[in-house]
Amino acid sequence: MVSGKKHTLVTLVEDKPGVLNRVASLFRRRAFNIESIAVGQSEQPDLSRMTIVVTGDFAQVEQVRKQLDKLIDVVKVSDITEEEMVARELALVKVKSDISNRSEIIQIADIFRANIVDVASDSLTIEVTGEEDKVDSLIELLRDFGIKELSRTGRIALTRGGRGSAK
Amino acid sequence: MKKTGAQILCESLIEEGVEIIFGFPGGALLPLYDTLLLYPQLRHILVRHEQGAAHAADGYARVKHKAGVCLATSGPGATNLVTGIANAYMDSSPMVAITGQVARPFIGKDAFQEIDITGITLPVTKHNYVITRVEEIARVVKEAFYIAQTGRPGPVLIDLPRDVQEEKTEFIYSGKVDLRGYKTVFRGHPSQVKKAGKLINGAVRPLIIAGQGVVISQAYSELEELAEKTQTAVVTTLLGIGSFPENHALSFGMLGMHGTAYANMAVQNADLIIAIGMRFDDRATADTKGFAPQARIIHIDIDPAEIDKNVSVDVPIVGDARQVLQSLNKEVNEMKHEEWLEQIIQWRQEHPATNIREGDELLPQYVIRQIYEITGGEAVIVTGVGQHQMWSAQHFFYDRPDSFISSGGLGTMGFELPAAIGAKAGRPDRTVWCVAGDGGFQMTMQEMATVVQDKLDIKIAVINNGSLGMVRQWQELFYERRYSGTQLWNPDFVKIAEAYGIPGIRVGRKDEVISAIQEAMYYPGAFLLEFVVEPEENVYPMVPPGLTLSKVMELPEAAQSKMGG
Ligand SMILES: Cc1ncc(C[n+]2csc(CCOP(=O)(O)OP(=O)(O)O)c2C)c(N)n1
Ligand SMILES: [Mg+2]
Repeated sequence: MVSGKKHTLVTLVEDKPGVLNRVASLFRRRAFNIESIAVGQSEQPDLSRMTIVVTGDFAQVEQVRKQLDKLIDVVKVSDITEEEMVARELALVKVKSDISNRSEIIQIADIFRANIVDVASDSLTIEVTGEEDKVDSLIELLRDFGIKELSRTGRIALTRGGRGSAK
Repeated sequence: MKKTGAQILCESLIEEGVEIIFGFPGGALLPLYDTLLLYPQLRHILVRHEQGAAHAADGYARVKHKAGVCLATSGPGATNLVTGIANAYMDSSPMVAITGQVARPFIGKDAFQEIDITGITLPVTKHNYVITRVEEIARVVKEAFYIAQTGRPGPVLIDLPRDVQEEKTEFIYSGKVDLRGYKTVFRGHPSQVKKAGKLINGAVRPLIIAGQGVVISQAYSELEELAEKTQTAVVTTLLGIGSFPENHALSFGMLGMHGTAYANMAVQNADLIIAIGMRFDDRATADTKGFAPQARIIHIDIDPAEIDKNVSVDVPIVGDARQVLQSLNKEVNEMKHEEWLEQIIQWRQEHPATNIREGDELLPQYVIRQIYEITGGEAVIVTGVGQHQMWSAQHFFYDRPDSFISSGGLGTMGFELPAAIGAKAGRPDRTVWCVAGDGGFQMTMQEMATVVQDKLDIKIAVINNGSLGMVRQWQELFYERRYSGTQLWNPDFVKIAEAYGIPGIRVGRKDEVISAIQEAMYYPGAFLLEFVVEPEENVYPMVPPGLTLSKVMELPEAAQSKMGG
């Protein structure tokens, strides 16, 4: 599934063992590549919110959305791609760094309002939050120094405005 | 008073109206099997392979319109169920499958006969459960039956660890289920129904395609009303057989790969398709790009995910076929489509599909037709998969519901005998004929022991063409007759039946067919007929793979000239 654009699916699922497996298995079976999936607590104690990013054309994503909705443990699923949303991602980047370039890297991090969360004699670890574009750009700039380790959370998203999507 | 998990399971099943369990025991089910002795109202039918238990539950479900129950032990017992569960999933058959599991302290330790059956069956169940506490049993059973039997039906699996079967708690059976993530829409959206009504009222060449959804929701009279009121021709899918009487003037048989030429021509020339409870399976539509090119499409289905999945439609209506048709019938006008119906009738005259070649050879089609004649069309026909399945669909005329039981979506060889067991156990009042392929029969024929042990009066017709006929047909037509892996050495089926205590007759000549079928019918119990038929007979008409429904391949000319009525 390479054609089409990126879609953001937001789902509320029962907070039970095996639910992530059910969701992931469905994407695999319908031959969809999940670009990212982020799971965590929602505003309701026994429900988790999953944010799933997939690429596909509208009909394909709509099909997978309906299949997801059929899972008993999926309480709600919406494709919020066309809606106004706030989307964020967090990344931790461990960059090679020594005394000679440390301040240069810190300057770059500052421009991105990223935080230095660990300093060692041969590395710096930077924490950055934002939309994927911003995270991508920072990572690109840091590549020149040599990235030792990188970890990204994948997108989490909520629609803008007062309307809750919970019920 | 506190009860054990096993007792609670049995009592919950009784609450759900379960009468029969098809099962096979094992270590992880010892407590449950011991408890079953206390509940004689739960009839246990011991199969000879767990696949048989699942198919039997499936066959039972299809004639009873309620969930069939199968039971297997952990590990290999559970994995043996999988084909039957997948079959039920593909054909939307309601089923509750219960598997034993190793005791909780052993889970995750690769204990003896421990297998992750919920993981394995994830993609072939509507939902599944692992029970972790005895307090959950009653609720889970309630939910399982509710999920299996409502909306688009399907199999639900419950994995029950051995030690939970022995744990005790109070038994409280609640009449309610609370599943916030499970929603089914039964009534079609009124504005969609109105739109559909308008399309129907304006159509010149309308056609109804009835699928298994009509059977599941038992919308027979509603479908008849729609067809008659609007004088619309009806064709069915393979599993839609029985949704509309085939002796009705508006019935034009089955569409699809082995459908009648006139049904397919009607699809290709219609200006409106009213698809009810069918999912545009590729065996029904052939190449979807050229499917019904002139038609707008109304699609009525209870599963929203079926809308626009294979074919994009103009007016989708999500809902139960029966309820939607009830409201749709109020929107449509009385109409006549004489010219269009005349046209389809003319196609039928030009491309007859139900004639059987004359001559002395013993043709499988003739066997099916004689079963139809001699049973007065009242039999339940349960088939395997292959040529005999298609001949059973084509040459028996199904006038009443629940008469054709077949594996459609998964196409599971070996379905025939165990599914017939389920059908007969569920409906002992009906004559049940198992029409088996000589290949498929050998996959599950050990269930003859079940037939005998449970005194089930099932008539078995083995269509012996000496080959895996359907595959052989494809090799003949598309691989220049290079027969690879399709020729069968067969045992003596009559002797095998006899060894099981089932009398039988081998029929090799056409003039023996009628008396043999009559003898089987008169015999008060199971009976096997082996028909040694023309080995290279093919199923026609046929739409070759990859082509549209317009490209129907009919019986070769030479053979056609020998046609009789
Ligand atoms: C379990 C299984 N294995 C393989 C197939 C592929 N297959 C489809 S039809 C067929 C031939 C069936 O032979 P038989 O049961 O003798 O029926 P016939 O076509 O000869 O009537 C085969 C092998 C299948 N459908 N199911
Ligand atoms: Mg055969």
